[in-house]
Amino acid sequence: MYEGAVQELIDELGRLPGIGPKSAQRLAFHILEADAEDMKKLVTAITTVKERVKFCSICGNVSEQETCSICRDPRRDPTMICVVEESKDVQAVERTRSFRGRYHVLGGAINPIAGIGPEQLRIRELLNRLSDGQIEEIIIATDPNLEGEATATYLARMLKTIGVTVTRLASGLPVGGDLEYADEVTLGRAFEGRRHLS
Amino acid sequence: MYVEHLSLTDFRSYAQVDVELGPGVTVLVGSNGLGKTNLVEAIGYLATLGSHRVSSDVPLLRFGTEQAMIRAMIVRGAQKTLLEVEINSGRANRGRINRANPVRARELLGICRTVLFAPEDLALVKSDPSHRRRFLDDLLVSLLPRHAATRSDFERVLKQRNALLKSARAGKFSSGHEATLEVWDQHMAAAGAQLLRARLDLVERLRPHVARAYAELTEGPKEARIDYRSTLSGPLTDDGNAEGATAGEAADLAGLSVPELTERYLVAFAAARRRELERGISLVGPHRDELDLILGGAPARGFASHGETWSMALSLRLGSYYVFLEDAPAEGQSPVLILDDVFAELDVQRRERLAGIVAGAEQVLVTAAVEADIPDKLDGRRIAVVPGGIDEGQR
Ligand SMILES: Nc1ncnc2c1ncn2[C@@H]1O[C@H](COP(=O)(O)OP(=O)(O)O)[C@@H](O)[C@H]1O
Ligand SMILES: [Mg+2]
Ligand SMILES: [Zn+2]
Repeated sequence: MYEGAVQELIDELGRLPGIGPKSAQRLAFHILEADAEDMKKLVTAITTVKERVKFCSICGNVSEQETCSICRDPRRDPTMICVVEESKDVQAVERTRSFRGRYHVLGGAINPIAGIGPEQLRIRELLNRLSDGQIEEIIIATDPNLEGEATATYLARMLKTIGVTVTRLASGLPVGGDLEYADEVTLGRAFEGRRHLS
Repeated sequence: MYVEHLSLTDFRSYAQVDVELGPGVTVLVGSNGLGKTNLVEAIGYLATLGSHRVSSDVPLLRFGTEQAMIRAMIVRGAQKTLLEVEINSGRANRGRINRANPVRARELLGICRTVLFAPEDLALVKSDPSHRRRFLDDLLVSLLPRHAATRSDFERVLKQRNALLKSARAGKFSSGHEATLEVWDQHMAAAGAQLLRARLDLVERLRPHVARAYAELTEGPKEARIDYRSTLSGPLTDDGNAEGATAGEAADLAGLSVPELTERYLVAFAAARRRELERGISLVGPHRDELDLILGGAPARGFASHGETWSMALSLRLGSYYVFLEDAPAEGQSPVLILDDVFAELDVQRRERLAGIVAGAEQVLVTAAVEADIPDKLDGRRIAVVPGGIDEGQR
């Protein structure tokens, strides 16, 4: 244990995802020894992000405005929605350039251990988007792991009654992994070879 | 196959130890508590990625350290493979094969095959079904490494489904949860069917070998038989006993494919729904199944004498050995046999017979506190385990 401020910083850093106690300590001492100006930039970047960046009111993607640039872009295909778990997955799919529709960010996957059920995800918002009948296909691009598959099964069952085409990315993605770790080519192929769920 | 060299770093009591081993019989002798079992436990770990003594990895890390390393050179016929496994606290374990880039520890499975006999084996017969399920699954994964995924996929689905049922019992069950339960049913049925199919096939393979081993170990007229009992044939209690009169044998499942078993599970889940919601756990699935051990028509558990219980336990291990031999009959492919402190537990007749069966194996590693407990048939190299390490000077 260190004195007051240092320990507080270590504790805060340790709460970040992927940072264990040792890394937290290393980061804290890096910050302590770093140039004060550089650290101010970091603080400003964090503050700005928290003040300015919101979530798109339509798709849930990160956005500096009420709606994100993809939802505002008139060239995007309004008949297709790609459903992903997180905003970072939107970036992963965008990199493939295989998809010209719009997105819907769920905010996670069904995960009873973590206390996440359908109500904790942005599923009602997805249903609302379907109400005007414009959407023809929904591509489910949740992670290729158990929780992602369970979420896909859940969505497919629910959407079956609505009469929209539901597809799932083709297998071939590294099983058990995160969508964001799939390389562009593999992910692009998974889009092309998507299969019907309903 | 045989282990030619074993090197441990921060594993159990050893900060660092190196042991040269070779084909044939090697006896590790030393007083109790000096670290004989720790050495052979490490070799067993390379084969199953688990200890035969504890269910978690934590006790394997030397007190106060965060990483243990097991290194072994495995010789299979003309092929030498260096296996390394890094056991980490709080992080995923990693493996390396022939100094290549680190991979998931799971990739090491199937390279080193061992059959380990230990005093703990008595629990295979006497204790609850979880010990017998673990026995089957460890053997399965060692024979067919791809089933490591079958096993862990099922365990993960089970945890999720149990978490959901538990929250249901706590009264937090919303309509959303109910729809998700059906989703978890689907995934658990599919994963459970894979595991069940693999276990059923394994028991078919194992059955004649266990019967043969039992006959070789004993003189009496009793026959040993193993049967798989699935919760699909009727619910079992936590203790492996049939609840009510519905328990049948798994025979009716023998010819069913994975998709057919999946369907069976879905039907069984629906039938168990109310009770599962009441108790907040999954009651149907391979995690509640039992491997029945039968001696002369009666269940070994609870009916067998102490000596018979030992013979049954040894027969499960010897039967595994025979399955491995059948699976890879080529020279240099037979598993390493490890007999950890078992002779002290056995009467003279069982000692002699066991020794006679294992003596011809390619590599036999024996541990004993007292040299006199080792049957003469197992004459071989002696390694003295002394405080803090080993002394190979003794022959
Ligand atoms: N994680 C550990 N760290 C340090 N010492 C350990 C650890 N686990 C077990 N030991 C020590 O190892 C010894 C037991 O070794 P073991 O191989 O079981 O002995 P035996 O020679 O009787 O088979 C005990 O002295 C125990 O304290
Ligand atoms: Mg011991
Ligand atoms: Zn948007």
